[in-house]
Amino acid sequence: MRYTEICIIGGGPAGLTAALKAAGLGAEVTLVDRNDYLGGQLIKQTHRFFGSKQQRASERGINIARELSAAVLNNDKIKVLTEATVLGYYEDGVVAVEQHDKFIKIKPQKLIVATGGAEKTLAFPNNDLPGIYGAGAVQTLVNVNGVKPGKKVLMVGAGNIGVIVSYQLIQAGVEVAAIIEAAPTIGAYWVHASKVVRAGVPIYTSHTIKRAWGDQELEGATVVKLDENWQPIAGTEIDFDVDVICLSVGLSPLTELLWQAGCKMAYVPELCGHVPLRNENLETSIPGIYVAGDVGGIEEASAAMMEGALAGLNAAKSLGYHAPDFAEQRAGVLKELEGLRSGPVGEKIRSGLAKVVL
Amino acid sequence: MPEVRFLFLGREEFNVLARTGVPTAEDIAEVMPSKERLAKGAVAMIECFQKIPCDPCYHSCKRQAIQPFADINDRPRLDHDKCNGCAMCLSRCPGLAIFIIDQTYSADKALIKIPYEYLPLPAEGHVVDAVNRAGQTVGEAQVVKVQSSEKLEGTNIVWLAVPHHLAMEVRHFKVKEVR
Repeated sequence: MRYTEICIIGGGPAGLTAALKAAGLGAEVTLVDRNDYLGGQLIKQTHRFFGSKQQRASERGINIARELSAAVLNNDKIKVLTEATVLGYYEDGVVAVEQHDKFIKIKPQKLIVATGGAEKTLAFPNNDLPGIYGAGAVQTLVNVNGVKPGKKVLMVGAGNIGVIVSYQLIQAGVEVAAIIEAAPTIGAYWVHASKVVRAGVPIYTSHTIKRAWGDQELEGATVVKLDENWQPIAGTEIDFDVDVICLSVGLSPLTELLWQAGCKMAYVPELCGHVPLRNENLETSIPGIYVAGDVGGIEEASAAMMEGALAGLNAAKSLGYHAPDFAEQRAGVLKELEGLRSGPVGEKIRSGLAKVVL
Repeated sequence: MPEVRFLFLGREEFNVLARTGVPTAEDIAEVMPSKERLAKGAVAMIECFQKIPCDPCYHSCKRQAIQPFADINDRPRLDHDKCNGCAMCLSRCPGLAIFIIDQTYSADKALIKIPYEYLPLPAEGHVVDAVNRAGQTVGEAQVVKVQSSEKLEGTNIVWLAVPHHLAMEVRHFKVKEVR
């Protein structure tokens, strides 16, 4: 059995920031991630971030990942286990981990779950043809492995991820035939949308995919327009001759460990699925278990970093660690989060979060 | 204010930009410097039409031509008279939504500075296809200069000379005969 003061599951923006803040207060942290690198989805984010100066706006996610990872790896208060998958959480507070074919038991005093989200998929005829990918996979191929997924892509979904991945595909020299979106409006920030439209990618709102075709692999797709009740309009079909369909139709929180721990959960559509109830310290209904980032509701990286900071500070504080500027640090993070969520695009998050307060 | 218009109607689909990604003439008119200001030389145009939590442009402006944000979701408001077209904001905007327009560049050409993050980068003197906000080629442009330094962190600035009548149309370009 390994003992640690705080165990953090997930080394993405939320987990890394949580580790740094908790260690900054003096707590001893064990950070577990199933990948062989730290940074989570940040390592694929080559575009500049929105947000405020404090949330490192205008910096590229990939640079933020590099800096946060280096800070975590150089901090002797933080022990990092990579290529380590958390298998379960037991009644006695033991976290079971598999690393390099070995079974490890960790007993933390506090647990911060920052496991992020998983991509959703879409049902349509032939959606199992080779050449149909999730946006995360396409981003991994292009931005991590340097591999083009194909020659010509149809992007499904005009949220921030769909539009940004389209932009990154064009940057990589891959043609994007179109972005289709079932909703009547573009979900991504309009500046992102404008960027890809001027680069020659049309966005078809109120359109969905009817079917994919191809024999051994994807050869094309038929798209159809939707009426105001989201029903296909006959005769509006458009065929796209593409070898890749990229699905960017949303994420859902990765909450298995929280269910296993017995945390009170609620289904909140605005937060994209079942999420844990939590108090303002981001502590769940099980004392000592905190959440941060997309596992608590799908949002974006800046908010995940701020939530990580909050969970890290609060978890360390609950162990008796303190800093003269603790109150200021905490108030600063809360103010940043409030600012991020305050505008019209934050309305959905605000209404979702109002439903999960403990 | 377009968002006031559609929020008031309660029908987001009335907003063309939200449906297509292409700002309307009305959207553009709202952020366009006056004729008098354009006649005085280089000035920024901030084509940011949505309230989103973002403020690097404000922090990048050393002349405080971008008015203070009461709320991080505020849209940038540029005092065109204080702006000298220095382009500091241009490379800091995560949305690549800021452009510099200089109508005084020459008798028959205007100069547009465009943020550009694609490869290959064109070279000074190249003639490229001039592209509008909808992605359509509307003419030709000559590359006057390419700024690409470590300080710009990957957001290069390409200076294009275009006929005067295209100064408010061209916001992108395509390098000819590549790929």
